Amino acid sequence: MAEAILTATDLVKYYPIKGGVLRRTVGQVKAVDGVSFELYKGETLGIVGESGCGKSTLGRLLMRLEEPTSGSVVFDGIDMYKQRGKAMRKLRRDIQIVFQDPYTSLNPRKTVGDIVGEPFDIHSDVVPKQGRRRAVQDLLDKVGLNPEHINRYPHQFSGGQRQRIGIARGIALNPKVLICDEPVSALDVSVQAQVVNLMERLQDELGLSYIFIAHDLSVVRHISDRVGVMYLGKMAELGDEDQVYSRPTHPYTQALLSAVPVPDPTLREKREQIVLKGDVPSPANPPSGCRFHTRCFKAQDKCKVDVPELILRPDGVDQHLSACHFAAPREIIETIDVSEIDAPTGGWAAETASEWAAEKPS
Amino acid sequence: MTTTAPSDAATTRGEARRQATASSAYKPKDGCLLEVDDLFVEFHTEDGVAKAINGVSFNLYQGETLAILGESGSGKSVTAQAIMGILDMPPARIPSGQVRYCGQDLLTMPEEQRRKTRGPEISMVFQDALSSLNPVFPVGWQIAEMFRQHRGMNKSDALERAVKLMQRVQIPAAKERVKAYPHQFSGGMRQRIMIAMAIALDPAVLIADEPTTALDVTVQAQIMALLQELQEERQMGLILITHDLGVVADVADKIAVMYAGRIVERADVYDLYRQPAHPYTKGLLESIPRLDQKGQTLTAIGGLPPNLTRIPPGCAFNPRCPYAQDICTKDRPELREVLPGRQAACHFSEEVLHG
Amino acid sequence: MTDATLAVSADPTATHAGEDASRSLASDAWRHLRRNPLFWISVVMIVAFVLMALVPQLFTSTDPNEAILRQARERPNADAWFGRDIQGYDIYSRCIYGARASILVGVFTTLATVLIGGFAGIMAGFYGGISDSVVSRITDIFFAIPFLLGAILFMATFPNTVNSPYAVVVLKVVLALAILGWPSIARLMRSSVLQVKPNDYVQAARALGATPLRIIRSHVLPNSMAPVIVVSTINLGAYIAAEATLSFLGLGLVYPAVSWGVMISDAIVALRTTPHILFFPSLFLSLAVLAFIMLGDAVRDAYDPKTR
Repeated sequence: MAEAILTATDLVKYYPIKGGVLRRTVGQVKAVDGVSFELYKGETLGIVGESGCGKSTLGRLLMRLEEPTSGSVVFDGIDMYKQRGKAMRKLRRDIQIVFQDPYTSLNPRKTVGDIVGEPFDIHSDVVPKQGRRRAVQDLLDKVGLNPEHINRYPHQFSGGQRQRIGIARGIALNPKVLICDEPVSALDVSVQAQVVNLMERLQDELGLSYIFIAHDLSVVRHISDRVGVMYLGKMAELGDEDQVYSRPTHPYTQALLSAVPVPDPTLREKREQIVLKGDVPSPANPPSGCRFHTRCFKAQDKCKVDVPELILRPDGVDQHLSACHFAAPREIIETIDVSEIDAPTGGWAAETASEWAAEKPS
Repeated sequence: MTTTAPSDAATTRGEARRQATASSAYKPKDGCLLEVDDLFVEFHTEDGVAKAINGVSFNLYQGETLAILGESGSGKSVTAQAIMGILDMPPARIPSGQVRYCGQDLLTMPEEQRRKTRGPEISMVFQDALSSLNPVFPVGWQIAEMFRQHRGMNKSDALERAVKLMQRVQIPAAKERVKAYPHQFSGGMRQRIMIAMAIALDPAVLIADEPTTALDVTVQAQIMALLQELQEERQMGLILITHDLGVVADVADKIAVMYAGRIVERADVYDLYRQPAHPYTKGLLESIPRLDQKGQTLTAIGGLPPNLTRIPPGCAFNPRCPYAQDICTKDRPELREVLPGRQAACHFSEEVLHG
Repeated sequence: MTDATLAVSADPTATHAGEDASRSLASDAWRHLRRNPLFWISVVMIVAFVLMALVPQLFTSTDPNEAILRQARERPNADAWFGRDIQGYDIYSRCIYGARASILVGVFTTLATVLIGGFAGIMAGFYGGISDSVVSRITDIFFAIPFLLGAILFMATFPNTVNSPYAVVVLKVVLALAILGWPSIARLMRSSVLQVKPNDYVQAARALGATPLRIIRSHVLPNSMAPVIVVSTINLGAYIAAEATLSFLGLGLVYPAVSWGVMISDAIVALRTTPHILFFPSLFLSLAVLAFIMLGDAVRDAYDPKTR
C-alpha cells in the first residue's frame, strides 16, 4: 500500500465580492468549498469538472499560489501553509506546476535556456553554476526538444513545443509532485498525444506523482489511476479510474460521462444521453444542501436541505467515495479493455519520445 | 446497456433526432446546394505567401451534415470564411476557384447581391459567442435586426419573431430575457442566441465553425443536439467545422479531412472511423484517447503541422508520415477513389486501409 | 485574427532551417523598425538636434547673445541665414543654441518621470492592496493638478534671475515638469503591470519560490516596459513644447540662456512686419516635437504585433 505523499484536508477558498461605494464585501465566490483527498506516491490523480467547479483554484491552492481561506495541505509530512520564507522555498522544490496556456506560461523575453534554467538560479545549491547549461540541455533533451535550441525564444516554438518547455521547467528541480493544470487542453489533437505520452514516460522515469487537472474526461481516464469529480467547489465523487468511469454512483458524474462524445459513430444509437436541466449555478450563490440538486434528475426534498458527505458508498462491486444521498451505480459507458491488444501497426512508432528526432528535414 | 427510466430525462441521441423530424411543420427548400469547386486562398503576410487553401472541392446537399475535420493551420476555418465572403481581402486573396450556391458563383457576385445571400441563404455560427455578439445591444434587438434588415419588418413584429426564436432554441423565460444583454447569459446560452440569429431567416446552409469548442461538455451535448434538431426540422445543409473527432462521430453524415489546405480524405462517417484511408486520419484516430477504453496506447503523430508559407513539396504530410516513400516527396497525390464512395489523397491508401 | 497568423506560426522552427536563429522580441521589433521610413526620418532629426545641443559650434560660429542693433530685423541674408530679430541677435545661431535647452529639458524630464512614475506604478500594480490604494491616491492628487498651470505656479514661486546658473535654471524646469508629469507614467506602468502579473510565467516564477524583487526585475519589468517607452518617447516631445511654453511666458529660461520659447515670445511684437523672426524658431520647435512623436509612433508600431 503506497503512502500518501500529499493530503489535502477541508480546503476552502472564498473570494470576496466587493460592491458599493465603499467597496465593502457584499458576497463571496465560493470557489473551493471543503475539498479533501490524498495523493499516493507514484500515482496520477485526475481532477475533472466543468468550468466553475474550482479545479483550477484547487491547483493553485496546492501550489500555494493562493492562500486558502481555511484547510490544510500536508505534503511529505510537512504542513504546507505553516511554512514561511526559506522553509517554504525549500518545499517548493518538491512540488511544481505545469500550466495550461503555452502562450502565456513562458516569458516571451527570455530564452528557453533562461526559462528552464531559472529554477537553478533561484535554488542555487541544486546545480553549481558551471553545470547549469549542461543541466538545461539535458532537460531539453529529456522532454524531446533539440538541446541546440537553448538560445531560442518562446515565439519560435509551436504550442506543443512550448508545453514541453514548461514541463522541462517543472521537472528541473526533480520534484516529487507535479500539478498539471490542463496541460494539453490548448494543444492540437495530434500534439496532445505527444505531450501525454511524454508525461507518462517522465512519470515512470522520474517517479513523479501527478495531479492531473483537466476537463477532457477521455484524456483523464487514459492517464489517471484515480479520479476525482468536482462540482461547484466540492468533490462529488472520488475513486479508482475504473470505479468512476465504469460504475459512477453520483448523478453528476453519470450525466457528465453520458455527454462526452466518443469517436465511434456506431455508438450513436446505443449511448444514452442524460440531459441536465438548467444552467450551472453561480459559485457566488450556490444552492442549499446538495449543490447539484437544482439540476439533478434524482433530487428529492432531502437534497435541498442536507449536504451529502463524501463517504464510501457501495457501487455494485465494491465501494468508493461519493457525495450523494441516493448514490447508485449506473453503467454509462461500456468499457473495453484494450491493453492486451497489440499496439496498432502500420508504421507508427509506439511512442514518439523525441519529437525533434522525428522531424525530417524539409 | 441499462434501460432508461422514464423519470430521468434520458434519451438516446438518435431518438432525439427522430422526435424533431416528426414534429416538424417546416417546408424545406428545393434543390439548392452548395458547391465548392477547386478553391484556392492565399494570405500575403510579411513572412511570405501563406497558402491556406490549395484546391478544395466539395458539395453539400440538403439535409446533410458535412464535417470538415482538421487542426489549426489546416484551412478549415478559412474555407468557411471564404464561402461566407468574410475574409479580409487583403491580406487574403482568392486566386482561383468557385463557390456556387444554387448554381451561382458567390465569389464573382457583386457585394450587394452577396450580402443578400449572407443570412437568408447561407449563415454562420462562430466559436466565441461573446465576441460575436454586440455587447451594447440587447439580444432580442440583435436577433430582431435580422428581420428588420432582410425582411423589412417593423420593430414589434421583428421582436415577436425574436422571442419565438429564442424559445425555439430553448432559452428559458425568453419573453423576459429578450431585453437582456449578451454578458448576462452563460456561454451555452449565448451560443444558442447566435444559433437563433443564424437560423432566423431560414437559411438553406448553416456553417458552424467550432460551435462548441469553448463550451463545457454537458453544454456541448445540448448545443449539438439543438443544431441537429434544427437541421432535421428545416432540412438545412450543415457544415460542421471542428477538430473534435468525438463530436464528428456523433453528428456527421460525411467527413472531409483537411491538412495543409487540402482535403486529404473524404468518406462516409461510418467508413472513415472503421477504416481510414489516409495516414493522417489514421494517425489522428490512433492518437486520441477514448472514454470507453482502458489501457490504450496513444500513438502520436510525430513532428508538427507545416508552415503554410513553406509547404513541403510532394505530399504535405510526408515529413510526418510513416508510410512515406520517395515518391511522396516528389509527387503530390491527388484525391482519388480508393473504394466505392471514398476518396483519399495518398499514394499508399491501400496499405493504410488494410493496416 | 485570420487563420494566416496561426498558419504561419505553426512551425516556426522550420523558418530558419539549419541555423540556430534566436530572434528575441527586441530584435524582431528592431527589424520592423528598420524598415519604417518614419523611424529613420525621426532619428536623423533627433541626431541633428542632439548634435546642436552638444556641439553648437559645429553648426555656427556666431555668438547667440551678440546683439548687433544696427542690423536688427534683418531679413535672411548671406551673413545671417535666418536674419536677425528685433534686438539684432542672429536668429540662426540662436536657433542652434536653443536646441540645448530643449533637449536637456526633454531628456531629463523624461528620465525623471520614468524613474518616479515607473517605481510608483510597479509598487501599485505589483503589490496591490494598501500599496495600490495609497500610491494611486497620491497619483490622482498630482494628476489633478493642471499640467501647465502647475508648472507656471511652480516656476513663479521659484523664479529665475539673470544670475541664475544655467544648470539651476534647467533643473527647475525639469523639476516642475517632472513633478507634474510622473502620474501619467505611473498610471500607465500600473496598468501594464496589472496586465502582466496574472500571466502564467509570473505565477511559475512564484511557484519556483522567486523573491518579489526577482520577479519584478526578471519578469514583470521587461514585459511591462513597452507602453511606457512608447509614451515616454512621445512625452519627450511634449516636454520640449512645455519648456518652450514656460520660456515663452517668461517663466522658464531667461537671458543669457537661449530658448526657442523666448525667441517666439520676442518675435510676437514684430510679427506683422517681420514674420521671419517668428518663423524659424517655431519651425525648429515643431520639428523637434514632431521628431519625438514620430519616433514614439514608430516604436509603438514595431512593438505591437497587431499592427503588422
